[in-house]
Amino acid sequence: MATLTAKTTKQAPARNGRPAPELIFGDLWEYDPAPETADPKLLKRYELFINGKFVAPRSKKYFDSINPANEQKLAEIALAGAADVDAAYQAAHAAQRDVWGKLPGRERAKFLYRIARLLQDRAREFAVAETMDGGKPIKESRDFDIPMAAAHFFYHAGWADKLEYVAPGRRALPLGVVGQVIPWNFPMLMLAWKIAPALAMGNCVVIKPAETTSITALKFADLLQTAGLPPGVVNIVTGAGETGAAVTTHPIAAKVAFTGSTEVGKLIMRSLAGSGKKMTMELGGKAANIIFDDAPIDQAVEGIVNGIFFNQGHVCCAGSRLLVHEPVADTVIAKLRNRLRVLRVGDPMDKNTDLGAINSRQQLDNITELVNSGISEGAKMFQPPCRLPSKGFYFRPTIFTEVTQSHRIAREEIFGPVVSILTFRTVEEAVEKANNTPYGLSAGVWTDKGSRILKMSTELKAGVVWANTYNKFDPTSPFGGYKESGFGREGGRQGLLDYAKLV
Amino acid sequence: MSKYTTRSIKKASKLKGLNLAITMVDLTTLEGKDTPGKVASLCQKALHPHDDPHVPPVAAVCVYPSMVKHAKQHVGGTGVKIASVATAFPSGQAPLTTRLAEVRSAVADGADEIDMVINRGAFLAGEFQEVQDEIAAVVEACGASRLKVILEVSELETYDSIRAASFLAMEVIRPGDFIKTSTGKTSLNATLGNNQVMIEAIRDFYLDTGVAIGMKPAGGIRSAKQALQFLIAVKETLGDAWLTNERYRFGASSLLNDLLRQVEKERTGAYQAPYYFSEAAESY
Repeated sequence: MATLTAKTTKQAPARNGRPAPELIFGDLWEYDPAPETADPKLLKRYELFINGKFVAPRSKKYFDSINPANEQKLAEIALAGAADVDAAYQAAHAAQRDVWGKLPGRERAKFLYRIARLLQDRAREFAVAETMDGGKPIKESRDFDIPMAAAHFFYHAGWADKLEYVAPGRRALPLGVVGQVIPWNFPMLMLAWKIAPALAMGNCVVIKPAETTSITALKFADLLQTAGLPPGVVNIVTGAGETGAAVTTHPIAAKVAFTGSTEVGKLIMRSLAGSGKKMTMELGGKAANIIFDDAPIDQAVEGIVNGIFFNQGHVCCAGSRLLVHEPVADTVIAKLRNRLRVLRVGDPMDKNTDLGAINSRQQLDNITELVNSGISEGAKMFQPPCRLPSKGFYFRPTIFTEVTQSHRIAREEIFGPVVSILTFRTVEEAVEKANNTPYGLSAGVWTDKGSRILKMSTELKAGVVWANTYNKFDPTSPFGGYKESGFGREGGRQGLLDYAKLV
Repeated sequence: MSKYTTRSIKKASKLKGLNLAITMVDLTTLEGKDTPGKVASLCQKALHPHDDPHVPPVAAVCVYPSMVKHAKQHVGGTGVKIASVATAFPSGQAPLTTRLAEVRSAVADGADEIDMVINRGAFLAGEFQEVQDEIAAVVEACGASRLKVILEVSELETYDSIRAASFLAMEVIRPGDFIKTSTGKTSLNATLGNNQVMIEAIRDFYLDTGVAIGMKPAGGIRSAKQALQFLIAVKETLGDAWLTNERYRFGASSLLNDLLRQVEKERTGAYQAPYYFSEAAESY
């Protein structure tokens, strides 16, 4: 229990066998629909962005991007082939050698600052486009994704003229041209995490957004033209796996940065073994969110909900395994069920929606398959009753109890709004269970005891440990994992080091 | 708390929320310079907040014990209740005998509800049994009148203490009694944070025992927007059964006119100047 309990002789009146009280979460006071109406200014067709201009792909091929909330087509996106990727790299190489690599840091800073300001000016437009293309609630793209992306550009604008402090006593020089491949869960934010440090350090970039979420990246290209960024500094090539392979294996790339699944990360690493290219990998996770009996339980429940249902659970560092101390397991699970009853699932464009759409049919199928495995392996599933829209890809928030380390839903990354609940008896057991995974990206510890927080953050094999909170990010804070969650860091001074060669 | 402040409440649901909030107001005057005339003015406002007949009356008027009999002349027998502070409000620093006598006297004068203060000195010294026994004694002195127990959250300071004090009170009060955040006489009063701690305590107590206790945030709620955020918190924590003035009240004075301004804006489409709404001297 919490540190203070006021002990008195009076006990709470017993229920004496009366039926258990229930809370009524009904329709006495319904929220009216509150759709966001700002115009995302979408184009019907998006071209590749190479050498400062929008160009058609050599193959003249395009693919559709749809809105996962209602399965409607949003736009056509250019499909970059090997020839286009090569053109992008040639442009980046020339730009880095002749322009960007020669600019003083102070001048690079001005471009980064301008980009940050332009993103803020057009924040609502980008937030709406992000929600329509990816499915996340407008509340999140408006309040988290876009502001945080702008923050990354501001932060790295501040670093560009202070590079002598990145590795004191040594000179930090650019690597040259970097190839970057980003995922669909935080399209604009992942783009900012990749481009801002690369540019601050004097590199030029060829970047491939995820095929289901290319729109905000190509709107960003328009913003780069407005910022007057020299041609070739940033090149955006859209496409799927083949385009990605062309980007990561191109001979000009001095470094490859990838964020995505561990499976694809391994493929890329295999293809680059022996190539001499530097790599950073930010891969999957199966984070343990650990609740002790002295945690503030209601706040911990809020942290659990934020940990796994934020962005529909499409988060590499999601708290997908809840490890709860046995003495408080029943209490935590009961409160979690009640909390799920007021989560609002539905149209991502409604400002009151808490849980939006799953990004694609494929991802929905993956989640469904793993959830079915949980049921067939004997775990107990709970989902609150809520009506889902008839079109679009949606999944109810789900909790599994009576899960053990041997269940697939405790080992494999689901990447959806599903939390698996395991129990533990001692600190040692919590650490052992938390570390018993090939992943090692993040973890959460909920307790009132400071010494326990310090001990666990030392012993947990996770790149990020959150204490009495979850999913807290900042451009200053380096983010990355252990083991199969990858290597390298993004954010902070450590993140900049990964884009530099030290002499 | 941002989950409550980022909800978008518009149109019909906003109007419904505003009207609900009006019915939950305990219209308050607790000043050294209160007079029968001031109380008369307050009572008329409580009964008829605005010319528009669709605007409902508030839940209660809240006054000092010496003003109860004056309030009774105006709202006695109507739907608007008379709440009286008692127990040496706001400090509570008086012998128990005088505090209880004050309660009985206010009840005898016609108070339907008593707003008491707990013994914070005893609480912070760890004398929890004493605090609870005093509350139980006040319950008895109230007779049929409803009791609201003011915890004075600004003096308890931490959420731990607020939660513990909430349970302490709930264990000895009756279904339909309330716990309340503040006297309104310190610089920090009701916030979404302490409201949340207390309604979570109420929820846990209810699920454990079946006894439903009410909640009253008091002081610091001046705008309709804030009031709606508090109601969102109640809706999403306690559910529909607490969206009634039998279980939720706002201890406020200037809040009422801001609620009325917003109601009229929803009705007419135009923002209203303050002088369209009646005020007592110095806006209560």
